[in-house]
Amino acid sequence: MKPFDYVRPATVAEAVAAAAQPGAVYLAAGTNLLDLMKGNVSRPDRLVDVTHLGGLDRIEHLADGALRIGALVRNADLAHDPEFASAYPAIAEALLSGASAQLRNTATVGGNLLQRTRCAYFYDTASRCNKREAGSGCDARDGENRSHAVLGWSDSCIATHPSDFCVPLVALDAVVEIEGGNGRREIALDELHRLPGDTPERDTTLEPGDLIVAVRLPPAARGFAAHARYLKVRERTSYAFAVVSAAAALLIENGKIKQARLGLGGVAAKPWRARAAEDVLKDVAPTADAFQEAAWRALSDAKPSGDNAFKIELARRIVVRALTLAAAGTPARMPALPASPFASTSGALHA
Amino acid sequence: MNHSISLTVNGARRDFVLDDPRVTLLDLLRERLHLTGTKKGCDRGQCGACTILVDGKRINSCLALAISHDGADILTIEGVAHGDQLHPVQAALIAHDGFQCGFCTPGHIMSAIGMMREGQAGNDPERVRECMSGNLCRCGAYAGIVDAVLEAQAGMDESNQRRSA
Repeated sequence: MKPFDYVRPATVAEAVAAAAQPGAVYLAAGTNLLDLMKGNVSRPDRLVDVTHLGGLDRIEHLADGALRIGALVRNADLAHDPEFASAYPAIAEALLSGASAQLRNTATVGGNLLQRTRCAYFYDTASRCNKREAGSGCDARDGENRSHAVLGWSDSCIATHPSDFCVPLVALDAVVEIEGGNGRREIALDELHRLPGDTPERDTTLEPGDLIVAVRLPPAARGFAAHARYLKVRERTSYAFAVVSAAAALLIENGKIKQARLGLGGVAAKPWRARAAEDVLKDVAPTADAFQEAAWRALSDAKPSGDNAFKIELARRIVVRALTLAAAGTPARMPALPASPFASTSGALHA
Repeated sequence: MNHSISLTVNGARRDFVLDDPRVTLLDLLRERLHLTGTKKGCDRGQCGACTILVDGKRINSCLALAISHDGADILTIEGVAHGDQLHPVQAALIAHDGFQCGFCTPGHIMSAIGMMREGQAGNDPERVRECMSGNLCRCGAYAGIVDAVLEAQAGMDESNQRRSA
């Protein structure tokens, strides 16, 4: 690991100033950053430790019905907050399907959003990678790429965003609150992560020094609590990243879907909001035919980036299954194997 | 630049001067305090052999910078037994042959203690397996480990009932 300077700012303003310098990065729990630094994938000159900043570790219920989650709230604390889990069950399920209990105990909300891809060529410093080193090339294109992107990829980069948490968040219109050199601003989570285009070295739209201070769920997000699921196919049942995942949330009234929300994970460089599929489901009955049509729409622009055409069909089936599970109703208790299609309590539904 | 930190390790306050901020909690425990029960397996947060409790919660000590944990209260495998009296998880692992080579065992014990405190798994073997998935055992002693954790959990439930009766 390359040597670095360590800075522990006392205020958000001090943190933003310290991190605006070239070569500086924020340190939260470090569960991804330290791993990258040990592998020489990330080589920062300065770590700005934000874990001691006050006021960023709270879950706040706002007067308008929104929920504000501080950037330093730990993944496990959020997922196990009983009120949070009952109001936003798909988010809790996604959190508990990610990483391990040890990592969830320390990994933060803000850090989860900013974790890097797990593309093996990004991690392997002997490989060419446009994300790690701009303009160097992409060895994933002709390499082992069965887990890579099928939506939104470019010739420069076919990596996927690894977060589970972000998938239901983007489906539920989460907003990211940012403190930067010019004060506070906010953007939709959907606008935080970038598609690669010709500049895959930039994961997000953040500017140097920008600090995510909170994630906010708008009042409407809790309206889906009765019919919300996260479903995730991975290479092993626990402690693995998604091959494909989906967050489905339905607002059902009088036998019809009043509103649908659908997000996909493991398919693109950003958590993927499937709005065309949501439109298909508006004001129709929650039937298998409707879910099939939605799944078709969700993947209509998908194309393989290598040896991964199977992910397109897999994603369609995961969408149908996630919608079917959501329509059946949020389980009273978190499944023993969160988000697993192999969970004994999942209803054993087949798409 | 030197950085001073203090930690409580297994009940005792320890002060350190770090001449390099790269030191992880894992390396601090092993190299500076010679508490080598906490194991370095992958050193990348994948195997769980380095699991310790920080402020009562289980974490991977290999992915935690010591300098960022100034003031933390740490429990390692060396601090779980009371003299010759083993922690119930330790005793149960022996009773159920929950290990072979033993390298992953301190991490499993710390993880199980953390898991029981979290209170999410209860007596459900499937939930125990899920909640312990951050600890790998390459000898494959998982069946014995799960049985041991369930027995320790049952013992804790019983003693809690006795206490409240």
